[in-house]
Amino acid sequence: MAAQPAGTAPAKSGLWAWINKRLPVSEFIEEQLTGYYAPKNFNIWYFFGSLALLVLVLQLVTGIFLTMFYKVGEATSFDSVEYIMREVRFGWLIRYLHSSGASAFFIVVYLHMFRALLYGSYKKPRELLWLFGMLVYLALMAEAFMGYVLPWGNMSFWGAQVIVNLFGTIPGIGPGLVEWIRGDYGIADATLNRFFALHVVALPLGLLLLVALHLVALRRTGSNNPDGIEIKEKLGADGKPLDGIPFHPYYTVKDVVGVGVFFVLFAIVVFFVPTFGGLFLEGPNFEPANPLSTPEHIAPVWYFTPFYAILRAVPNQRMGALLMLLAVVSFLFLPWLDRSPVKSMRYRGPLSRIALTLFAIAFVALGYLGLQPAEGLYVILARIFAVIYFAYFWLMPWYSKIDSVKPVPERVVYHAH
Amino acid sequence: MRIDLTCLRTGLLLALVAAATLPGSARGAEPTESAAAAGENKDGADWKTWQVNNEVTDVASVQRGARNFVSYCMGCHSIKYERWSRLGADLGIPAEVLQKQLIPPGDKPTDYILTTMPAKDAEAWFGKVPPDLSLMARARGRDYLYQFLKTFYVDSTRQTGANNLRLPTTAMPDVLSELEGLKRAVFRDVQERGEGGEVNHTLVFDHFEPVAPGRLTPAQYDSFVRDTVNFLDYASEPTQAARRSLGLWVVLFLLLFTWLAWQMKREYWKDVH
Repeated sequence: MAAQPAGTAPAKSGLWAWINKRLPVSEFIEEQLTGYYAPKNFNIWYFFGSLALLVLVLQLVTGIFLTMFYKVGEATSFDSVEYIMREVRFGWLIRYLHSSGASAFFIVVYLHMFRALLYGSYKKPRELLWLFGMLVYLALMAEAFMGYVLPWGNMSFWGAQVIVNLFGTIPGIGPGLVEWIRGDYGIADATLNRFFALHVVALPLGLLLLVALHLVALRRTGSNNPDGIEIKEKLGADGKPLDGIPFHPYYTVKDVVGVGVFFVLFAIVVFFVPTFGGLFLEGPNFEPANPLSTPEHIAPVWYFTPFYAILRAVPNQRMGALLMLLAVVSFLFLPWLDRSPVKSMRYRGPLSRIALTLFAIAFVALGYLGLQPAEGLYVILARIFAVIYFAYFWLMPWYSKIDSVKPVPERVVYHAH
Repeated sequence: MRIDLTCLRTGLLLALVAAATLPGSARGAEPTESAAAAGENKDGADWKTWQVNNEVTDVASVQRGARNFVSYCMGCHSIKYERWSRLGADLGIPAEVLQKQLIPPGDKPTDYILTTMPAKDAEAWFGKVPPDLSLMARARGRDYLYQFLKTFYVDSTRQTGANNLRLPTTAMPDVLSELEGLKRAVFRDVQERGEGGEVNHTLVFDHFEPVAPGRLTPAQYDSFVRDTVNFLDYASEPTQAARRSLGLWVVLFLLLFTWLAWQMKREYWKDVH
């Protein structure tokens, strides 16, 4: 480690200097890591951003290896997945890492999003940061849906059938659009082939671009924190934020701990419960796609079920699809729906706290209900929770404005351990 | 029924040869602890709650299951994703034994486990091609298979002469009746008043009644089914035992890694006030 880059002045000679004369490596590290100041009061909620990046890399790497053995096609997809599971050396591990990684991605992203709701991280000046994040989430949903079709199990097939048919509810162009998406009159070889192209090329590229924009926007505004205070407003004599610490080494070493804890939990799933009781890999998907045999209950994978529950709670399919779409895009409007003068839930009044708590309960409850058959009490409950879900967003301009607030401190609250 | 008898005859022949040589086969038909532990009703009223509680690390049991499969299932069903050589390696079956007693004549160890019954004939005889069993334990569950193989009953209205509680109107004949014996299902007529006051009759399964004994006692048949399901469970994911044993080391390593990372974090953060 003769050429130690971090935090030191660039050397005048040697390989390190040679490179830096031609590529701004030192400056990049200085600007992005050692000279980037993050608030020192991050709590457990602040692990999930770096973990999402970690899972993205994990999915890309395992995905590349899967692509080496997977054979796309109606006649070959299912067989090639079993070939990977049984005959490719450590193929089962790569496949389980990838399939569990998909669920892990959503767990981490949902917690990351909840953090933003909790501390008002979407509020001014971070609106674009939030929008890019939400676009990442939308791209991720498309990526996950198409990836789920690739093993060509029976749930892949019927799940695709249900989701793609939703586009058919669009007045006028619906039926033609569905046919255009499928490339056939039903979910078939052509559909599988194009989903493969989108899953392994187009969407990962889009995701990477959006993640890059998300990070660039983050570097411009700086991170929010549990107190919702802008640390840039209190600078020390050296021009650095008084409540900030360099991202590297402080948050790199801290995030490594988060990575460790995450990997322990992740490894327990991958090695001991890879199907997670049918939630991460569903039973019917161990049977090949069969257009003549519908699974008993068609349910999407758990990360889509809150929205699926809303879809089925509405008797009219077109209205249901519309409300489902609204449920997803409502997040995009948060920066403008929130009229509270403070960011963090720590300094907000009871109305905002109750609203967020009810929303979290409704989200989880809808997720559960989306896995149940759409009948009787389940539908009634789904309607109640759907109303709560939408009330959180669309009553926000009202309750966030009239809610009482506590005084926000000048400096962040931090207790050294 | 002629077809089934042919299946059975070849099966039995193989079974006898296999039983004489396979390790662990001596215990093949003995009642196991798990059979007693299941606490099932004698007459089968609680069949929906039956659990197989098999253990794929019990290699002897999986070996017996493999023998059962070759003897009684392979006449019609394949395990098309598993090769004979893999089976031999995973279950510790010597190459000669594998070749002589399990692999059908003419097949090589590197071949997949395939039935010799042509699909066209199968469709003509049974109305549908018997499903491949590679992933059945994962698709339907182990308990499903266990309940399926234990709830066949005599039903003269069916073409095969048999019906099943787990999979009503199954196309599969009761090929194991020779071992289990024949049993009759007794149904209760449950009457309920409908919304318009009309009486609705539904037939609800009540219990089984033995009709004719088989070659095995009920306890022996139970072990037979458990071993067979255990084998199908193994075949549905041959790597599962290796997965769990590797997982233990991975988790231990990660715990150590996390502890070290935590120590490093504490050291660095000492100067944050």
